[in-house]
Amino acid sequence: MLISFLSSVLGSFSRFFSKSLLGSNQRLSFTFIVTALLCIPFADLVIYQVEPWQELSRIGQGIIQPSFPEIAVLADSLMITVAFALIAVAGAAFLGLLFALVFHSKIVRVFSASIRAVHELFWGLIFMQVYGLSATTGVLAILVPFTGIFAKMFAEIIEQQSTVPNSTIAPKTDRFSRYFYSWLPQSWPQMVSYTRYRFECALRSSTILGFIGLPTLGFYLETAFKQGQYDEAAGLLFSFFLLIASIRWWLHSRVLPAYILVPIYLVLSFIALPEAPQVYGSSLVQFLTYDVWPKSLLSGDLSSAMNWYQHQLLDVALPALWDTLLLSQLALVLTGILVLVFYPWASKAFFPNKLSLIRGLGRSFLLILRSVPEMIFAFVFLLILGPSGIPAVLALALHNAGLISYLLMRHSEQLKYRADSGKGINHYFYEVTPRVYPHFLSLLLYRWEVIIRESAILGILGITTLGFYIDSAFEDIRYDRALFLIIISALLNIAVDSFSRKVRSNLS
Amino acid sequence: MFKLDNYQLDARLKNISLSINAGEKIALLGPSGGGKTSLLNVLHQQCANNIAWCPQEHGLVEALSGYHNIYMGQLQKHNALYNLVNLLKPLSKHKNEISELARLLALDPELHLWTSVSQLSGGQRQRISIGRALYRSQDTFLGDEPVSSLDPVQAQMILELILRRHNTVILALHNRQQALNNFDRIIGIKAGSIIFDSPAKEFAKNKYQAGLLDSLYE
Repeated sequence: MLISFLSSVLGSFSRFFSKSLLGSNQRLSFTFIVTALLCIPFADLVIYQVEPWQELSRIGQGIIQPSFPEIAVLADSLMITVAFALIAVAGAAFLGLLFALVFHSKIVRVFSASIRAVHELFWGLIFMQVYGLSATTGVLAILVPFTGIFAKMFAEIIEQQSTVPNSTIAPKTDRFSRYFYSWLPQSWPQMVSYTRYRFECALRSSTILGFIGLPTLGFYLETAFKQGQYDEAAGLLFSFFLLIASIRWWLHSRVLPAYILVPIYLVLSFIALPEAPQVYGSSLVQFLTYDVWPKSLLSGDLSSAMNWYQHQLLDVALPALWDTLLLSQLALVLTGILVLVFYPWASKAFFPNKLSLIRGLGRSFLLILRSVPEMIFAFVFLLILGPSGIPAVLALALHNAGLISYLLMRHSEQLKYRADSGKGINHYFYEVTPRVYPHFLSLLLYRWEVIIRESAILGILGITTLGFYIDSAFEDIRYDRALFLIIISALLNIAVDSFSRKVRSNLS
Repeated sequence: MFKLDNYQLDARLKNISLSINAGEKIALLGPSGGGKTSLLNVLHQQCANNIAWCPQEHGLVEALSGYHNIYMGQLQKHNALYNLVNLLKPLSKHKNEISELARLLALDPELHLWTSVSQLSGGQRQRISIGRALYRSQDTFLGDEPVSSLDPVQAQMILELILRRHNTVILALHNRQQALNNFDRIIGIKAGSIIFDSPAKEFAKNKYQAGLLDSLYE
């Protein structure tokens, strides 16, 4: 009964598609929505009866009456947070540009896909085993995955540029000259805007690294949350919002151009880095050759090693993989819907007045959504809705919708509109949304991979994604299992990445 | 020099047979969407390395100055390091050449070469794009409505400049008087097919030919 219903539904979809009433953009959006609907029955989306009110009222009180830690502690942790992020982004953007130049090489693509497939937090856990709780760990944990992200994003920005300028220069021209005269300057505004946005992400990552013990803002934030000191948690969170909201004054200043400011800040960042404590872990070589492999493999017992891997794969990795996929698929579609609702309220394309109140509110709303780490959202939703997939989906969707809406809003402002273009809802449906839609899909497809990656953080809260098992493996000092699961999650990301790349190339 | 034999490009070009010799000055006329651009693209691909190419979309790099946009015509003549140095600090040899070229294009070298091209007007942008093609210094020039945004006097002057500097010229034009006055051979294209292909002189003395020209836009 159910199956015949499903097949008739699918049949009518395929007829619908084959008539090709819809363009490829619409067809893709439609497929995603249908897949998400099909995911719902299988996902763990129960609302549990919980009694959150006491805890929630304490959170509410904390937000209303925030308290701040000692100014020296706050300033120090803020400085370290910024220093990690700035050094890591500068290094990663430079390396990413170089990689983008040779991104047509499969080796480079696979390499950058694998380094960005592992979450900052897990890079942090890995580097920590070797470099301890040092600045090296903090910077590398962000720099390594961000290099992979920059490489891919820069290569894609280059790909999106018009090929006409390139057609007017002689085909014999060498690759470097082409890169510097046409591809790079054409892509430059988008690359700068993307790097700015990435810097914000890096601040968030840098904060999150505090959760595993590095001395950034997140260290104090997590402590306050765990101890139920919501007033201090709120104070720290507000400081973080202020830090992100004030970027435009201290980084994108009108007084000094960025190419003077950024080097100054970089020097200051190196001075601000915390001193490295005594490293107590294994050496890099010992960690890579010994700690991360199962004992049976090291002693040469291949059959029991195979048994071990089989057990890890079937009993741990696959169920976790399934949960991760379902949740991220739902989160992706919810993100898309929210973005289309959110972005116009913050865009000059719709609210051109210099002091538009609605646009101001829209921007602040997006700022809050994208600044709150998913972890915090998920924590609050877990209190309200109980432990299931719902808090994870909501947290991922809200945070990512905040991010993508912001990027889409900026894109909509960069477009040139005719003086006689429509207003309000007509402008939205006839002009702006159709023009930004391809960019919207490409952001969303790109974010798909990131959502899967970010579900890792939520695992720490006890939602049974891959991240949950990786985190517990590190906690149990089972590095062999941790490495195996990290590789599985990296493979998942690479698969999704190549799939979304295919979908995107079909679109254009 | 160019030869097409029953060439077919989906619905855009149908059974095109065409032969073009070195030294010919040819204008392509026809309604929008008739196949002029497709035909030019096909011809361009036949020997892209030796053609000064001026596409309809200009192909300017917005972030670069007018000077650099014109210089791009000679990228292939120099190594990557030389090009990179010139990007950071324009070299005086090219500065002189390109300023000279700008004056011929009625651009002010002081005003129009050193700001990013996104600040220029439509006509100025079009002349920068022609400048790049001229700076290629090739024997053959292919252009897709290269003077469409210019006033009649300027358009005539720049057409003459292009014709003077190139042995073979093939341009798509929308102004038929410009075509008849300046070119030896006129090709009419409509709905992907060549409607007529005859010497420009014919149109003045032959009523039938003149009628064909009128019917092209009906």
